[in-house]
Amino acid sequence: MTVAPKREDYDVVVIGAGPAGLAAAATSAEAGLSTLLLDENIGPGGQVFRAIASTPVTERNQLGEDYWVGADLVESLRASNAEVIHRATVWSLDRNLDIAVSIGGASAFVKAKRVILATGALERPFPIPGWTLPGVMTAGAAQTMLKSSALVPDGRTVIAGQGPLLWLLAAQILRLGGRIDRILDTTERGNYFAALPHAFAFLTSPYFAKGLSMMREVKAKVQVVSGVTELAASGDGQLASVSYVAGGKRETIAADLLLLHQGVVPNVNLAMSAGVEHRWDELQLCWSPVLDASGNSSVTGIAIAGDGAGIGGANAAVVRGRIAARAAVEALAPPAAAKLKPMATLRAELAKAERGRVFLDTLFRPAPQFRIPSGDTIVCRCEEVTAKDVLDSVAIGATGPNQLKAYRRTGMGPCQGRLCGLTVTELMAQARGKTPQEIGYYRLRAPVKPITLAELAAVPKSEADIKAVVRG
Amino acid sequence: MFKRSEQDKRPPVQIFVDGVAVAAREGDTVSAALLASSCDARRSTAVSGAPRLPYCMMGVCFDCLVTIDGVGNRQGCLVPVAEGMQIEIQKGKREIGK
Repeated sequence: MTVAPKREDYDVVVIGAGPAGLAAAATSAEAGLSTLLLDENIGPGGQVFRAIASTPVTERNQLGEDYWVGADLVESLRASNAEVIHRATVWSLDRNLDIAVSIGGASAFVKAKRVILATGALERPFPIPGWTLPGVMTAGAAQTMLKSSALVPDGRTVIAGQGPLLWLLAAQILRLGGRIDRILDTTERGNYFAALPHAFAFLTSPYFAKGLSMMREVKAKVQVVSGVTELAASGDGQLASVSYVAGGKRETIAADLLLLHQGVVPNVNLAMSAGVEHRWDELQLCWSPVLDASGNSSVTGIAIAGDGAGIGGANAAVVRGRIAARAAVEALAPPAAAKLKPMATLRAELAKAERGRVFLDTLFRPAPQFRIPSGDTIVCRCEEVTAKDVLDSVAIGATGPNQLKAYRRTGMGPCQGRLCGLTVTELMAQARGKTPQEIGYYRLRAPVKPITLAELAAVPKSEADIKAVVRG
Repeated sequence: MFKRSEQDKRPPVQIFVDGVAVAAREGDTVSAALLASSCDARRSTAVSGAPRLPYCMMGVCFDCLVTIDGVGNRQGCLVPVAEGMQIEIQKGKREIGK
């Protein structure tokens, strides 16, 4: 089933149907703008509200009340006139706001007056020894299966890392009858002190009570080891054991499944390929786009909302989506903006939603040894390049991630740097005594997801296009 | 590695993995169906032939690559199962013509 976009031109094209994208598309359509929402997944929700319209988990309390908020967003979107296409992978966006999207193996092209990128976040790379073994997955992967297919771990399962999602996932797995043998908490002890000055905002945010009760729920049923300073997975062609060091003591446990998580980072590929300026965020340890208060980027007409604008969580994402959409309405159809919530109200809502974020970012700032690997640990999963390979290349002259491609092909595999980019930047920065900002990131270009040559060749072309390349 | 929760009442869908019938559920992605089954779903990488299973389940890592209905290099985590779908565990790089 292939559904191409109905038009060639739209006032607003929103990319990504997570919290920010759903809110942005509904707001824009509600104000009467022609709106297209393109999303790569099977249904709406993004990651946080994954499978919100189709989950087989019927016992609502098992997923938690925060999950079901997504259903209201989907309902508002469906009540609007926005055109929505799922399983649509946007592979190109440029400064002219021309968009190429792959749907069912064929590409379509649309032009927008404004683009709102809501491409969200992805799991921060967690490059430990053995992280490519079958049986090692991200916590987000397990949560995706839990939400969309009611699947839970039933072998010997270890969850390792830190951050709110880890505790939420553990609680959800237990509620659905899944198995967790041990939780290895990698939060650095020093982070507790560093986070203390920001504690007040967090204590008065809604996250505090929820987080605490979830941790209690999990700790009552699972052995939790805190202060984990080293972590490795091993096995021959399949995960067999997890070893760790906590309090100076090494321990190895048998395991069939290891779920890793040390926070999420903005999914920057599409924005960067469109030329949007990004800066290194020293607190969140990732690249974040440079945006104004309405989410407008350095490229005229492109706004970014949601976690792709810097990690803020689902509540903040919804508000950022509405702010970006309202800004688009103000620019394209000013009188229609009167129908929408005033900007001042939205900004107050955003401040509320972001309350406590600095505390979380500081407390759950991942430790250097889990971000910057050494020796034989794989950095680039696609091209199977190790930390030692990267350092050897630096020793013979590779100056940054883009030069490194020529030496080692890092970032040139199908994931296009999504799972090695941050590691490569930090590893090279450390080796060369520079800041990540100075070292920079991969230069990303379209297509930002692989498409076949056949699909590219099937793109409609004019007589002039053909003449430009045909000989004689 | 994974089991299905009893509350899952979705209708069954039959797929074939390297020719063997596997029971999936409507709405499963190919990768989820493989991980829920007892098949050895490990692909092998194009670079070293190392075995891999899906890592991210959200379209990012490409460790879920499979051949679906004769088309190679499909991201199994983004494709929903369909009745009679033919899955081949992809060993190494995509073959020409697939």
